[in-house]
Amino acid sequence: MKKIISFVLVTMLAVGCLAGCGSNEAATTGEAVFKIGAAGPLTGGAAAYGDAVNKGAQIAVEEINAAGGINGTMIEFKMEDDEHDAEKAVNAYNNLKDWGMQMMVGTVTSAPCIAVEAEASVDNMFLITPSGTAVDCISGPNAFRLCFSDPAQGTKSAEYIGVNQLATKVAIIYDSSDPYSSGICESFKAEAANQGIEVVATEAFTADSKTDFKVQLQKAKDSGAELLFLPIYYQEASLILQQANDVGFSPKIFGCDGLDGILGVENFDVSLAEGVMLLTPFAADAEDEATQKFVATYAEKYNNEVPMQFAADAYDAVYAIKAAIEKAGVTADMSASDICDALKGAMTQINLKGLTGTITWDESGEPNKEPKAVVITDGAYKAM
Amino acid sequence: MKMNILKTMNKTTKSNTITYLLVAVVYLVVQLLVTTGNISSLMKGLLVPLCVYVIAAISLNLVVGISGELSLGHAGFMCVGAYASAFFSVLVGDALPEMLRFILAILIGAGVAAIFGILIGIPVLKLRGDYLAIVTLAFGEIIKNLMNVMYVGRDADGLHFSVTDTASLNMAPDGEVIIKGALGITGTPKNSTFTIGVILILIALFIILNLIHSRSGRAIMAIRDNRIAAESVGINITKYKLMAFSISAALAGVAGVLYAHNLSTLTVKKFDYNTSILILVFVVLGGIGNIRGSMIAAVILTVLPEVLRGLSDYRMLIYAIVLIAMMLFNWAPSAINWRAKIKAKIKNRNMKEAE
Repeated sequence: MKKIISFVLVTMLAVGCLAGCGSNEAATTGEAVFKIGAAGPLTGGAAAYGDAVNKGAQIAVEEINAAGGINGTMIEFKMEDDEHDAEKAVNAYNNLKDWGMQMMVGTVTSAPCIAVEAEASVDNMFLITPSGTAVDCISGPNAFRLCFSDPAQGTKSAEYIGVNQLATKVAIIYDSSDPYSSGICESFKAEAANQGIEVVATEAFTADSKTDFKVQLQKAKDSGAELLFLPIYYQEASLILQQANDVGFSPKIFGCDGLDGILGVENFDVSLAEGVMLLTPFAADAEDEATQKFVATYAEKYNNEVPMQFAADAYDAVYAIKAAIEKAGVTADMSASDICDALKGAMTQINLKGLTGTITWDESGEPNKEPKAVVITDGAYKAM
Repeated sequence: MKMNILKTMNKTTKSNTITYLLVAVVYLVVQLLVTTGNISSLMKGLLVPLCVYVIAAISLNLVVGISGELSLGHAGFMCVGAYASAFFSVLVGDALPEMLRFILAILIGAGVAAIFGILIGIPVLKLRGDYLAIVTLAFGEIIKNLMNVMYVGRDADGLHFSVTDTASLNMAPDGEVIIKGALGITGTPKNSTFTIGVILILIALFIILNLIHSRSGRAIMAIRDNRIAAESVGINITKYKLMAFSISAALAGVAGVLYAHNLSTLTVKKFDYNTSILILVFVVLGGIGNIRGSMIAAVILTVLPEVLRGLSDYRMLIYAIVLIAMMLFNWAPSAINWRAKIKAKIKNRNMKEAE
């Protein structure tokens, strides 16, 4: 009996291995194309972000291909699921390598990005993360970042509050189990001191207890804070706004790009978000032509969805690769490692006018762009 | 010739030999594929994780199958082993030669996990059945949350600890933060290789199989089968249960070490109850108490979702369906009867042919 089971299982395993090997030979026919791979969560809790990146990048790729490609060479794009898990992200990366990936957009989330970057750095694969905000995401010379890093967001937020004299007493509620949130919180506190801002309360919650914030809100209220800084994601923020209203606490609210999307939360009374300020690189109802065109294409292609910042980041990342390829004169028949060597230099010379601002890069891989702040008025994001 | 040797062995030795041979043969085949370049990057990248899950599965089988206790906190022990060893490796850095550092890291991971196993085991093993399962589940969550708020840094003055944030570590400006709360440990050296993984699997197998067939192993199984009878013949229940539990924890720690030294980032998110359940699924699918089965199940269930990547959006759906189908095929009574019938038929035919 056991023998049969083992035999069946071993056979299945062998078949599985062969199936894995088979993918080597696929897709080598036809003209040379640039193969851009991406990895991010398409299933699981963080799927919304991976999905947005996939859609945003797809739009950019289709636009470029429709306009004749990069120097006449078409782009092929493929996104793999990493389930927001470092180990799966490395699997996704290896799978993309088997597919023939030459450049990578990704990964979408921080911890997986750190793991993938370590692999990519060994392979000398060019990598630009649209939204991996942790500092270590771009530790190698092959890696660049499109969004602000966590410390940059915290510092810029504190600067913004200080320079515009929004408040002197600030309370913070953050997710201590989330690297993004705790990273911003830390750098905010560090910069707050320089800006003459007093942090009167720092209250934490974790991913396991993110439904009831009454205790944290009460403490923030008792501390006499004029402004509540929320370096968290929008789902929790919507609950905090509701519960702040319940306990009669109405400070100014300031957040980072994680708050982007708060107006789309189901069953959320958007009037509560009135006056909420957030630092975000992208507002879907900005007036400029590029944004409006992107939003219109996105809505048309994806069932009237409104793109969030992640989609815009991915769109810009693909265009950054295009600009760098044009600058460096890279061709599709070059190996991934040669392309990386050429693009590394070219990235520091380009000047990208993207949806998320005008961006330049230095050798560290960090982007230089102006932070944009928006305020929610009449249920819509308005630039400040 | 080989068959003759196998036939003359007693049943357990035979079974054990097959298990060791299986690992060795798979290792040789894979090495052959790697050296001839006939293996995809995906498969190559999966080799170390496979070793991690195989070790985790066989170590959990020791608790679930041999000792008969349901543990849902196995990922917690992996977490302890992973963090302890990664912390050690990052702390020591290049002060020690790579191989020596990794061997020490494995020992430290196993040791710390074993200590936690004993600490948890003493109160927990007073419980039985479902209660034990719940408490181990809670233990896994506690470990996860503890690691999540832990900050450890190092500067010229030595180590600094904190449970609030980096700023409260009060470090000198040139200090380096090693454990960064939710961000975990980054920059762990990549020391895990397939060869080391397989060696660790063989060591784990050696420990577990020898334990099972030793006097202590028989005592552990006697407690599983009938606690009162075992107690009445003078078996020290706590001692033997604790032995199984802590050995299992130590081996889970080893799996954690292998995991931590394979990726350059280590966060606790990985070690939540989902991972504990996943390892339990390996054990249940492979057969409770069947060490070889849990190895094979761990391999299949780890490879399967990756092989199914071609199905893109339907991947996780198909994975779940295949999992259900395999469970039914392996363990549904009607499927077992059916397989027995088929087996009898084949045997009959073979006998007829022989005549």
